Amino acid sequence: MPQNDGLSLNLTVTQGAFTLRAAFDVPKGARVAVLGGSGEGKSTLLLALGGFIPVQGSLRWQGREIGGQEPSARPVAMLFQDQNLFPHLTLAQNLGLAVNPRLRLTDADRARVSAVLARLGLGGMEGRRPSELSGGQQGRAALGRVLLQGRPVLALDEPFAALGPALKADLLGLVGELAQESGTTVLMVTHDPADAQRFASHVVLVAGGVAAPPVPTEEIFANPPPALRAYLG
Amino acid sequence: MLAPLAALALQSGLVLRAADLAALRFTVTQAALSAAISCALAVPLARALVRRSFPGRGALMTLLGAPFLLPTIVAVLGIVTVYGRSGWVSTLIGAPFPLYGMTGVLLAHIFFNLPLATRILVQGWHAIPAERLRLAATLGLPASARFRHLELPMLRAQVPGAFLAIFLVCLTSFVVALTLGGGPSATTIELAIYQALRFDFEPGHAAALAGLQAGLAACAVWVAARVTLPEAMGAGLDRAPMALGGSVGDGPVIALGTLFLALPLVAVLVEGLPGVLVLPAQVWPAAGRSLVAALAAAALATGAALPLALAAARGSRWAELVAMLPMVASGLVLGTGWFLLLRPLLRPETVALPATITANALMALPFLMRLLLPEARRLVADYDRLARATGLQGLARLRFLTLPRLARPLGLGAGIAAALSMGDLGTIALFADQDAATLPLVVQRLAGAYRMEAASGAALLLVALSFTLFALFDLGGRHAAK
Amino acid sequence: MKFLTALAFLVTPAFADVPVLNVLTYDSFTADWGPGPAIAKGFEATCACKVNYIAAGDGGAILSRLKMEGEKSEADVVVGLDTSLMEAARATGLFAPVTAQPNTLPVPFADPDFQPFDWGWFAFVHLKTLKNPPHNFKELAASNLKVVIEDPRSSTPGLGLVMWVKAAYGDQAGAIWKDLADNIVTVTPSWDEAYGLFLKGEADMVLSYTTSPAYHLIAEKDDTKTAALFDEGHYLQVEVAGKLKAAKQPALADQFLAYLAGDAAQSVLPTTNWMYPAKTPAAGLPAGFETLIQPTKSLLLSPAEAEAARGPAIEEWQAALAK
Repeated sequence: MPQNDGLSLNLTVTQGAFTLRAAFDVPKGARVAVLGGSGEGKSTLLLALGGFIPVQGSLRWQGREIGGQEPSARPVAMLFQDQNLFPHLTLAQNLGLAVNPRLRLTDADRARVSAVLARLGLGGMEGRRPSELSGGQQGRAALGRVLLQGRPVLALDEPFAALGPALKADLLGLVGELAQESGTTVLMVTHDPADAQRFASHVVLVAGGVAAPPVPTEEIFANPPPALRAYLG
Repeated sequence: MLAPLAALALQSGLVLRAADLAALRFTVTQAALSAAISCALAVPLARALVRRSFPGRGALMTLLGAPFLLPTIVAVLGIVTVYGRSGWVSTLIGAPFPLYGMTGVLLAHIFFNLPLATRILVQGWHAIPAERLRLAATLGLPASARFRHLELPMLRAQVPGAFLAIFLVCLTSFVVALTLGGGPSATTIELAIYQALRFDFEPGHAAALAGLQAGLAACAVWVAARVTLPEAMGAGLDRAPMALGGSVGDGPVIALGTLFLALPLVAVLVEGLPGVLVLPAQVWPAAGRSLVAALAAAALATGAALPLALAAARGSRWAELVAMLPMVASGLVLGTGWFLLLRPLLRPETVALPATITANALMALPFLMRLLLPEARRLVADYDRLARATGLQGLARLRFLTLPRLARPLGLGAGIAAALSMGDLGTIALFADQDAATLPLVVQRLAGAYRMEAASGAALLLVALSFTLFALFDLGGRHAAK
Repeated sequence: MKFLTALAFLVTPAFADVPVLNVLTYDSFTADWGPGPAIAKGFEATCACKVNYIAAGDGGAILSRLKMEGEKSEADVVVGLDTSLMEAARATGLFAPVTAQPNTLPVPFADPDFQPFDWGWFAFVHLKTLKNPPHNFKELAASNLKVVIEDPRSSTPGLGLVMWVKAAYGDQAGAIWKDLADNIVTVTPSWDEAYGLFLKGEADMVLSYTTSPAYHLIAEKDDTKTAALFDEGHYLQVEVAGKLKAAKQPALADQFLAYLAGDAAQSVLPTTNWMYPAKTPAAGLPAGFETLIQPTKSLLLSPAEAEAARGPAIEEWQAALAK
């Protein structure tokens, strides 16, 4: 069997009575939508990937076991549903943490942070705190953090769910663009099939305690399995 | 903590008497009533203070720290000036106010502890995220529904802690209970401990009583933990808090509360001012020693409380218990136990100040814990994930996450620790010799030599210094949190 | 080696050859306004030695400290126990016999182990404006007067009052206390709180000493206070000093006790401790003391009687006052 150059999952997550099985590979550079009903365990899968929930079994990146690593040591950057920025720190500090967790920044580091902010349309807002930003700007700033972390895998746990459709599409487009440039593998939780169709190359369907292996997006919507059909209604 | 108890017990076995049961009953009754009434009054007062913004509100909030920080005997005399048989209230109503008895004990304990409860609850109200209030406003929730859904859950999370803290403070009350209690039926366990150690010299009896007190406190901690509901407010974005919408009752509530708390303070001021003119020279070096001890105790207590609070926030039960323990150990028992332990090794006088600092830091630990724990829990719940995701750890985490997020309770806590240490008499009296007296000791020496006027003056100086320290720390914390 | 020599030099005090006499006493004795400094200075001028006071809170604290330290105590001399603590102190076996010194106490007082240095009559102090001050405990109990007293479990005057009633009324003491219950405004842990409450006007009378008005008269030029003369007699507090068997400076200790009994030290006590000196100095008492009430009858249980009566008397007091 040829070694997968991306993520290899063969694991079980147990949280109380709830268990979730996942055994599949995600090729490098893939854009995967994790789709499923509420409470099926979409977020759980991503949090396990990010290292915030302990797992049994194996989780590998390019053949290397990463299941026991601290979140910050993993090749995975993560955006949560909320709390992606420290409210008491400025944007420059929030993003600076991604460059150096001790916030000992060189001039070059600061320039990088400013460049990323400018790229995200937040130029000149280095000194602002999250509460001084709009929802869309907060989303962009959070994106800036993971961008600066420069991890090969990006896990998005519906970070833009609270935003309007246009704003969300805008930010997803931005994520796609940035992922394309750097060859980042993206896993994105969503409950919106339109998001999946617009953004993802593959879909992982989470239902009944199992996260199914990724299926190409067109294929799965052309011929939805029963669980997806039930979800789509 | 436990070593001194063991040292006492080893001197002679544990002994308990029938009279101790009466003391136990009175101790529990007065502590429970004091805590219940203080909390009940703190709810409307804190709510009014949160809802109203008026000039001087900040100063009033800081002033709320004052009663708790008064040395016991100073506060008692202040209360007597206001409510005594020939006090201001008696003059006003034209008949002696029936102060002495349970009334006086409760009045004094509420005066001491209402501000503490109010501060804890105000902090709780402030911690309701603006987002949640906004949501409530959007939904057009009536006041009653807002109370049920936003404020009640907060109270369920905060009140047991406040009740517990006050219950434990009052558990070891002795001078207040006896002086205002009107007679020997107002005997607390702490007085029995004092008697056992000082008059009867039965260390075994003292150890048994101290054990009883600790057992009581452990029960209280356990019950409080059972009835405390974890908060499920979620994090906000530190948006400026939104007004809750006031009611006409707020003004009178604030006015009454302020009057109740300020009158005895004014009395202390009025009584003390003439005495400031006749302060003996001994006062100044003593004040210096007290200041040093207070600063050191504040640093030590804060340094110990922060890791304990963070550990407890991550679910460590023992950390919480360890931090609450000192609350129940009477200073006298701790001091005597340490005296017995250290005596063979060195001259007690040489460690008077370090012993005082350590004991005071220990005594302040539970208050710091109470203040820090809810905020530490919230910190862990809201930002632990993000911190781990960004690899923020060690000193950097302390500097960029923990300290800024906890600045407010840390400042308040350090202020309380400093001021409590400033006013402490218990430990130093056991260890000190003539050359190492602290300010409270000098106050006592003056009062013990008929020099009541100078004693009042020195007490006023003590209060002023304590309060300045407290205010500086508290304002510093609040400033850093902005 | 050189370093050690240097260190030894550093820690050796300049007056290393001057012997130090350690005196364990109560806190207020050593205060600037107490008798301690003047007595130390006077004695040091005669002894080529240094007096070092070790302060404990009060008489009770002195005794409990002695019990804790036992023979390891650094103290050579103990100053400030009183008659109600003497027997318990003697029972520790730590005290050495003292040389008897002449005294002018109102009752015969001779003890092999302890030497009196001052004394006072307990009394209820009141303002001179008080109408119909009581002449005994029964009149006090029958009146509407309000008094503040100290707790016998935590203060020596409080214990003195319990002994007073016991010495005056014996088996009737419990009944007297029951009758007094409604006159007692409150009971304080120590003397200073009670006296403070009285000065604030919380009570008509406070349990203190017949000499208390002298403080106000002499130190404050205030002659508004006096004490009530009780016809049952007044109980005495006699403060005593003693020498420890384990004293490292036994000869100095004897010298100090002799100095304490002498005129120089005795004349310091009235206006510092505000008590009567154990032996009236040749120059007499300070002006103002002649205005004080003079009880004709003095009560004092022997140390052994006092020790035996203490526990039951306190229980009797507590039972009578517990409402």
